[in-house]
Amino acid sequence: MNIQDYTVSRSTRAARVALVVTALLLVILFLAPWWAGRADMRLMGELFLYLALASLWNLMAGYAGLVSVGQQAYVGFGGYMLFASTIFLGINPLVAIVFAGFLAALVSVPVAILMFRLRGAYFAIGTWVVAEVFRLCFAQVSSLGGGSGTSLPVGIVKSLASERAMREALSYWLALGAAVIVIAAVYLFLRSRQGLALTAIRDNELAAGSLGIDIWRNKFIVYVVTSALTAMVGALIFLQKLRITPDAAFSVYDWTAFVIFIVVIGGIGTIEGPIIGTLVFFALRETLADLGTVYLIVLGFVAIVIMLRAPRGIWGLVRSRYDLEFFPLSYRVHLKAAKGQDGN
Amino acid sequence: MMDAILKLDDLSKAFGAVKVADGLTYDVTRGEALGIIGPNGAGKTSMFNLITGTLRPDGGSITFDGTDVTSQSSARRSHVGIARSFQVPQPFAHMTVFENAMIAATQSAGLHGDEAETLCLNVLEQTGLFPKANVLAGSLTLLERKRLELTRALCAKPKLLLLDEIAGGMTEAECQSLVQTIKDIHASGVTIIWIEHVVHALLAVVDRLIVIDFGRKIAEGEPRAIMESPQVKEIYLGIEADV
Repeated sequence: MNIQDYTVSRSTRAARVALVVTALLLVILFLAPWWAGRADMRLMGELFLYLALASLWNLMAGYAGLVSVGQQAYVGFGGYMLFASTIFLGINPLVAIVFAGFLAALVSVPVAILMFRLRGAYFAIGTWVVAEVFRLCFAQVSSLGGGSGTSLPVGIVKSLASERAMREALSYWLALGAAVIVIAAVYLFLRSRQGLALTAIRDNELAAGSLGIDIWRNKFIVYVVTSALTAMVGALIFLQKLRITPDAAFSVYDWTAFVIFIVVIGGIGTIEGPIIGTLVFFALRETLADLGTVYLIVLGFVAIVIMLRAPRGIWGLVRSRYDLEFFPLSYRVHLKAAKGQDGN
Repeated sequence: MMDAILKLDDLSKAFGAVKVADGLTYDVTRGEALGIIGPNGAGKTSMFNLITGTLRPDGGSITFDGTDVTSQSSARRSHVGIARSFQVPQPFAHMTVFENAMIAATQSAGLHGDEAETLCLNVLEQTGLFPKANVLAGSLTLLERKRLELTRALCAKPKLLLLDEIAGGMTEAECQSLVQTIKDIHASGVTIIWIEHVVHALLAVVDRLIVIDFGRKIAEGEPRAIMESPQVKEIYLGIEADV
């Protein structure tokens, strides 16, 4: 054995295949306005937005260990900022989405400084309380309809595109774009030096700290960035809905409980997990939607079974059987001469 | 002392009535290999926690490389060259052995790309973990986890290396190979403080010995002379001095 004969790589054959398949899939999805019906496009758009929310929550909870049950604060904040900045400031809705993200980043700074004093369950409860405070504050703003909410004026909706079909296509593309950008950003971030540090924090904070990783700073950056992106997704969600109320905007069920369900059953602390979880969630929802409340009971049952049988989610179960990775983050040490073969 | 890399000055720390450091004062010379012995619960690991910043002292100061680091974070102290192995191994369980090493090389030593990878491969070979490079750290045996602790500490390119009971549970052959590894590390210019119950391994390496009990330094000096002193026999080995 000679060290010089070995090299390190980060790509696998499965990942290269996955990349090609993903690229093809994205082209097909991009062309959806030409092949899918209106209802299907709405559904897929919603799926992409949930995928983005789940990927962001997974980065924050699964990697940075910040188990927040208050991210609806930023979904709602983003939605309200979209409405406020388009109605009062006359900003173009697309620009307003970015603006909402910027404002959310600013707001998340003092929230983080306050909340990071709390640990574990206290942090979770604290973030929920903050979200409730956000909801109560926005319910007080009478120019945005107070407790009963407001609709996006027709003029602003028309400024996106004058035709309805074009607006629906645009809103679908924005949702698709949000999911792709979020997943790509999470992937590139986790592959970077900072991402390696974050993965270390996920596994062991004591060791991470003594190996030079500033834990507070890393968590802070993740919190601010995920909050800003969550607000942008929130703005997109309410740009689709065209109507906002405090209860819908800051719903803990819609924007946190379902998101946690998705991440936990898919596989927390992996990039693939939220993708699988979102597909499972929508499959269940679409097949069981007619059953009313029974649907929620089934969701709870599925969550309990998966947590008991596969604590690391569906993707965790797959990974424990097969050495598979579609988003290659790991380093492999292998022989230089080995052709198309991963050495051990 | 002429060129002290580490100075502990009147360091104290108590958990309620239990004093884990009680007026602890000593210097470590650059390039020295210092051994620490003492009974269980004497405050040896707590002393490492204080030096690395995992614990904050109630009083006293710690100076490393001419800078007062008493109020610095453990991450900062890692950057300036203090690395440790944990007595109870703390692997990044869902990452591979190689990735564990990469954390130290990139985050602590601040290396990039090929430089970091080459360092990790070389250290893994030195510590004998190279065949396990692609294995998840969570699936290692206890002895392998201890070697991983040493690997990570070395990949941090430390000036001061704190070793906390890494020889326990080894066979004689493994222990000798470990002693040789630590001698090599020492010979490369790294200052070492080593807490160890396997005394013969410790004595093969260290230049000086400090005995700690109840958070206090109770003896210090040339290793063999210290081991022979009645005080050490009484407190450390549990043998009555008068018998």
